[in-house]
Amino acid sequence: MEAVIEVPEINTHGGGKDLSLEGIDFISGGDQYLTFCLCQEHYGVDILSVTEIRGWEEPTLIPNSPEYVKGVINLRGVIVPILDLRIRFHIGEADYKPTTVVIVLAVKSEQASASCTMGFVVDAVSDVLNAESDDIKVAPSFGGLIEPNYIQGLVNVGADVVTLLNVDQLVQLDEEGVTNE
Amino acid sequence: MSIDLQQFHQVFFEESYEGLDAMEQALLAVSDQEEADPELINTIFRSAHSIKGGSATLGFPEIASFTHVLETLLDEVREGKRELTPEGVELFLQSCDAMRGMIACLENNTPIDTNESKPLLDAFEAMLANAPGADQGGAPEEGIAKAEDAVAQTFFGSDGGGEPPEDGPKQWKIIFKPEPQILLTGNEPIRIFRELEGLGELSVTAKTDEIPEFQQLTLDECFISWEILLTTESDKEEIESAFDWVLDECELSIEEVSSASASVSENAEQAPASAPVPTSAESENTAESAPAPETKPAPAPEAAAKPAPAKKPAAKASGGESAQSGATSIRVGIDKVDNLINLVGELVITQSMLSELGNNFDLEKLERLSHGLEQLKQNTRELQENVMRIRMLPISFAFNRFPRMIRDLSNKTGKKVELVLMGEHTELDKTVMEQIGDPLVHLVRNAVDHGLEMPDDRVAAGKDETGKIVLAAEHKGGNIVIEISDDGRGMDAEKILGKAREKGIVSAEQELSDQEIYELIFEPGFSTAAEVSDLSGRGVGMDVVRRNIKSLGGRIEIESEMGKGSCIRVHLPLTLAILDGQLVRVGNEVFIVPLVAIVESLQIKPDLVNRVSGNMELYRLREDNVPIIPIYREFNINADNTDLDNALLVVVEGEGSKIGLLVDDLLAQQQVVIKSLESNYRRVDGISGATILGDGSVALILDIPGLISSASQNRRRPQGVRAA
Repeated sequence: MEAVIEVPEINTHGGGKDLSLEGIDFISGGDQYLTFCLCQEHYGVDILSVTEIRGWEEPTLIPNSPEYVKGVINLRGVIVPILDLRIRFHIGEADYKPTTVVIVLAVKSEQASASCTMGFVVDAVSDVLNAESDDIKVAPSFGGLIEPNYIQGLVNVGADVVTLLNVDQLVQLDEEGVTNE
Repeated sequence: MSIDLQQFHQVFFEESYEGLDAMEQALLAVSDQEEADPELINTIFRSAHSIKGGSATLGFPEIASFTHVLETLLDEVREGKRELTPEGVELFLQSCDAMRGMIACLENNTPIDTNESKPLLDAFEAMLANAPGADQGGAPEEGIAKAEDAVAQTFFGSDGGGEPPEDGPKQWKIIFKPEPQILLTGNEPIRIFRELEGLGELSVTAKTDEIPEFQQLTLDECFISWEILLTTESDKEEIESAFDWVLDECELSIEEVSSASASVSENAEQAPASAPVPTSAESENTAESAPAPETKPAPAPEAAAKPAPAKKPAAKASGGESAQSGATSIRVGIDKVDNLINLVGELVITQSMLSELGNNFDLEKLERLSHGLEQLKQNTRELQENVMRIRMLPISFAFNRFPRMIRDLSNKTGKKVELVLMGEHTELDKTVMEQIGDPLVHLVRNAVDHGLEMPDDRVAAGKDETGKIVLAAEHKGGNIVIEISDDGRGMDAEKILGKAREKGIVSAEQELSDQEIYELIFEPGFSTAAEVSDLSGRGVGMDVVRRNIKSLGGRIEIESEMGKGSCIRVHLPLTLAILDGQLVRVGNEVFIVPLVAIVESLQIKPDLVNRVSGNMELYRLREDNVPIIPIYREFNINADNTDLDNALLVVVEGEGSKIGLLVDDLLAQQQVVIKSLESNYRRVDGISGATILGDGSVALILDIPGLISSASQNRRRPQGVRAA
């Protein structure tokens, strides 16, 4: 089940650090987002930080880790942690179906020069969304289960609402990840 | 055809550092000898000479002019015209430091600080001024002359003289007669000739008739003039531009000659095709871009020596370390590379053998297949070992700085010190080596400063006046052990304990063993020196030493006897990248226990298990009682077997204590490549890293010292609630 299902054309981290820096600037302007579903809800992440989409495979457990950290996998010689967004955001049941995929994101963290690569388990990948910055609406501050700092904004797509996630925040699991346990 | 000289800078820096190291070692060796060994002097001279050559070509006039003076002096020594006095050696040693500083400045792109080199330069010039007789260094001059001939010959090739000029190209006759001091300003005629060569076909004749008698020859003056025949389409201006930098320092005439009357230098010797390149033109690749700004004529030495408005301490202190961030390279012995190539060759053969087998496989070939796979395994393992060996350097790289340091220390303290180095060929991973350097320096400095007594005291104590410091390295299991021992006064356990009580590190009623007391010196803020001297109390403290060594996965041990001396042992892993591991299974998970940590693996005999102090289980292993740590409980995972009876116990040792890990099954032993968990995730307690197994899955490597310390903490608090 290791087959890579779909690889977007854009590879932000292939061409050296300059390119990926550009990518991040680009993001703040707002352009394309990869959308996926978690149960009935639609979410989007910046497509420039997506390095690949993989099929689900059983990862190696990490002892004493938070529940949403499923473990680590070997991604071509690199040890990559796998996080389940459904558990993290308390959305629906975390069961692993054939459509379950792992979106691998690479984010350049502020302090470290190297980028941080993590995989996120989602129910399915749906679409690539074009969103101008005008289209992105501020998320209303009602009592959702996702902490507001993870949310970049909302975009209306037809009848659906896509929640754009803040990729930089997603990979920042270290501090609260430990205490949440 | 300008070449970006920048690309050569890093190489120049590295070579210069190496040259300076070689120079320093040779100087130290010379200072130990009655009669200076000419080979050593030559080594020193060669180092200085290459640095000068490189720096002049790359446009570092400060270094070029400094080394030039150095070289002149050294040349006199080499010629036997001058004695190398101890003061001279000291000056040369200082100049090594000064040059290191200058190169470090260049590396960091900071302005060169000449405060340090200026007094040295003055001292050298003073030495030169009362030189015994005129310089007679004819050799370099001749070298250049020869080289010029060789160049002429090479450029001219075997075409013979004078091809008839065609319509386009014209033939020019250039007479180039530089003034004697041209070499001093960093101009190299060879470079001009190279540039001319780019314009067309070139033939150069050196006129050597003005070279004075050997006795009157001055080392750094140029007495040669050249007659150049150039066939080119370029006009006079372009030719002239090659001489731009030297126009006011030479006589130059450029004339057009009509026909093929050009004569080839008859006296030019038939140089072999591979004409030896003179050392002064060593960086030949870089030489061709004469008009590039980098190679503008170097200012005369006096100008360069003008103190630049730079801050001395900053430049000096930051020198070595801050430069480390750039790309580093490693020198590998050719035998190691040959070995690798052989192994790769074997691997290719095995591969083709196997693929042939696979093409039409039937069961009869099964034996050959398993044989081939065995061979493949052997090949890969050897290849892996050899690749790892590339990273291994003899520890002499770290030890080499100590003779100089001991010399300086003994000058400063007035103590007589003899340094004995042992096991310098012990090999160690480069990364480990780089990080162990500073802690070692600190330990050696401590040994001299605190360990050894003053000569008088030593004599009074019935010891030899000269103190002895032994630096020894050896392999022990998967570790390298570096031992720093002295025959000084030893450590006073009472005094250390007193100090520790005074500082509140140890409470008054606490009783400690000697070993525990010695460990106290690694506590932050602990210093036993009665007064802070110049040598100790600066730089890294002992706590930093211990932290550095621990971060490398090593440990440190102290032995000491009052009046006899102390011995500090540093245990370090050989490499940080590969580890011999025992694979163990707990439930569905596979973990790796570092093989070096394993004492033994055994099946639990129920009657040897004792339950003490509530919930703790001890296993009686001969005389020891080993606490049993069930991995499933430690990591909150499911195990097949939670019953102690007949279960498998892996007894591991770390930091002096043993624990028994309860596992479900023992799997294979294999070498694993250590991968970082932290780069994408974070540190996990009890786990030191991860690796990838043969089937592509990830397995975690157990952190034995971490498990031991967390186990001992768990023991203190009552067994906590277990999460599912």
